[in-house]
Amino acid sequence: MGAIVGFVHRAASVVRRVIGAPDYDGYLAHVARRHPECVPLSREEFSRDALARRYDRPGSRCC
Amino acid sequence: MSTSIVPARPGMRVVAALGWLLVAVAGAGALAVLALRRGENVSAAWLLVAALCTYAIGYRFYSAFLSAKLFALDDARATPSERLSDGRDFVPTNRWVVFGHHFAAIAGPGPLVGPTLAAQFGYLPGVLWIVIGVVLGGAVQDMVILCASIRRDGKSLGQMAKEEIGPVAGFTALVAVLGIMVVLIAVLGLVVVNALKSSPWGTVTIGLTIPIAMIMGFYMRWLRPGRVLEASAIGIVLLIVALYAGRWVAEQPTLAATFTLSGKTLAILVMAYGFAASVLPVWMLLAPRDYLSAFVKIGVVLALAIGILITLPPLQMPALTRFTDGTGPIFAGALFPFAFITIACGSISGFHALIASGTTPKLLERERDARMIGYGAMLMESFVAVMALIAACAITPGVYFAINAPAAALGPTAQTAASAIANWGFVVTPAELEQLARDVGETSLLSRTGGAPSLAVGMAHLFSRALGGSAAMALWYHFALMFEALFILTTLDAGTRVGRFMLQDLGRHVWPAFGRTSWMPAVVLSSAMIVAMWGHFLWQGVIDPLGGINSLWPLFGISNQLLAAVALCVATTVIIKMGKARYAWVTLLPLAWLVVVTLSAGATKLFSPQPRLGFIAQAHALQAAQAAGTLPPGVKSAGDLTQMIANNYLDAAVAGFFLLSVIVILLDSAREWIAVVSGAKAARSTEVPFQPRAFAAGD
Repeated sequence: MGAIVGFVHRAASVVRRVIGAPDYDGYLAHVARRHPECVPLSREEFSRDALARRYDRPGSRCC
Repeated sequence: MSTSIVPARPGMRVVAALGWLLVAVAGAGALAVLALRRGENVSAAWLLVAALCTYAIGYRFYSAFLSAKLFALDDARATPSERLSDGRDFVPTNRWVVFGHHFAAIAGPGPLVGPTLAAQFGYLPGVLWIVIGVVLGGAVQDMVILCASIRRDGKSLGQMAKEEIGPVAGFTALVAVLGIMVVLIAVLGLVVVNALKSSPWGTVTIGLTIPIAMIMGFYMRWLRPGRVLEASAIGIVLLIVALYAGRWVAEQPTLAATFTLSGKTLAILVMAYGFAASVLPVWMLLAPRDYLSAFVKIGVVLALAIGILITLPPLQMPALTRFTDGTGPIFAGALFPFAFITIACGSISGFHALIASGTTPKLLERERDARMIGYGAMLMESFVAVMALIAACAITPGVYFAINAPAAALGPTAQTAASAIANWGFVVTPAELEQLARDVGETSLLSRTGGAPSLAVGMAHLFSRALGGSAAMALWYHFALMFEALFILTTLDAGTRVGRFMLQDLGRHVWPAFGRTSWMPAVVLSSAMIVAMWGHFLWQGVIDPLGGINSLWPLFGISNQLLAAVALCVATTVIIKMGKARYAWVTLLPLAWLVVVTLSAGATKLFSPQPRLGFIAQAHALQAAQAAGTLPPGVKSAGDLTQMIANNYLDAAVAGFFLLSVIVILLDSAREWIAVVSGAKAARSTEVPFQPRAFAAGD
């Protein structure tokens, strides 16, 4: 059962990234690995921010 | 596809060499069959074999050469996704995911529409240009620009043009990109208008996709923030509901009359939609449509592939038609150069250079993935173009011309259309045309120029043969049309928004407040300006009795190939400055061909004495009619006539601008190349210096 759930999650993550949707889990992993001292954005904040960046392209920043 | 470090045993090498020889022979054999067989229908299987074998050879040998010799791609070298990793834009990503993402970004309506229109020359010119053009041109452009961008922190094409060639080329490229956006959006809008005019079913179904996107948007914003896949699943179910809702409306006489719209009304609605998409927040309309259309794109491509593979339809269209001489009804102009600008996407498309230097280079995990993503994804897009060509050539030529030729050539009824088509040497009866229209749930299919409806008929034909029988034909037709229109409109709305940002960026030099992207007056003003720009061309296409596609598609083709020429100039400069001038032929070869094609097509559209072909000649002919007080056939009013005259001069000016841009960028680049090659200027590469890759877990 756990294997199936894991597979579905991985497949969903692939599909999300292919269609260009924000990948929140990937972002959390990045913050945990590279910036453990930072508090990551909430899922909602991250989604809003990712959308604005995708269509407005104001340059990139971190944290 | 990583090559083994251990040398293969000699026996294996012989087997591999024999295998590739077999692929080459099969491909050449299939091309020979396509080129030489006359008088009987050729199976689509030959076309598929010819394409796939050529792609395989190109990928195995040419892209390997580009990877190893030209750029010396090195998996030990860190890519921007690692060096600049931020968890958002720069994210090291599995190459299959990047492949899918890049393919969904480059594959738009272009590879579907262009080959369908070019089928008026027969299938042979299209297939040769698509298959050879991609292996030596389009895939090379995409891969080289991607590699150049990876080695420069994911810089955009515009930045690279400015830094590698110079400010003149950089500025020309910027203005040219804006011009291309305007023409592209107008022509795509025209394709949608032609597909939906007088079609209540199509209009309702496509219209409903807008509230569907908004429902998805609200779901992702307020109900379940960020749950894209859940919202997409809801959206896809609602799309199917919209398909049936459209049929229901078309069956109610009073409702059907309400939604039976003229081309002019639809054009205004499309403009209003583009404006709304540019002004409204992205989460409400643009983003949900984007996700939906990514699914739909992949769905259409898969469905088309399955339909073709199951049925392997015979090609009804001859290898070459009589219209290679330039008298074709769909668009004017002879095989050379017009086949080569009509099909851009699928062979070589300058637009891809914007994507290969946009999101994609920020995602690549390893340098050598650029081969599969830059070269490989373009081969896949080329294959989509081949399938669109098959779908267009699998319907009978009489039907193909009835759907695609403009009203001025066909006349108003099935009878006049059938006799016009008989004059061109193809057979179709009025009863057949009327029956086909009924089968797909329309009152008429005549003069739906633009490629989408004939592709939808071709797909409906394939699917109903594969499953469902002719009873399902109408559903399949509207299913195909809905999917095509959905992702055409997604290019249109996203393009309008990008165009608005470009306009604001240019305008802020004159008036700083105009450049503020979140100040409402500037947003509204710049959006209105960009919509007015493409809306003008769209309107011109709608009132044009020659169908609009006749004048707009060549302008789009010329502009797209101009952008490809810019990309190849940048690529050549990068190669020469990298100290690899001995390999510069890789990009100079397709560049030379594109310059010849673009300049001759542009000059023909400008200066041809034939009114059908030359913009200035047509303006003169219309002015003569105006002076004589007559209306040329198909022109509805004196007001339309005055506007058509002005439009032809405008088209001439736009074509002239594109020609001038090609020349400016080429001269500016050549100056730089000569300076470097002659030693007057040091060959200094602007690449980010080598940094070793930190091998992550799993390597």
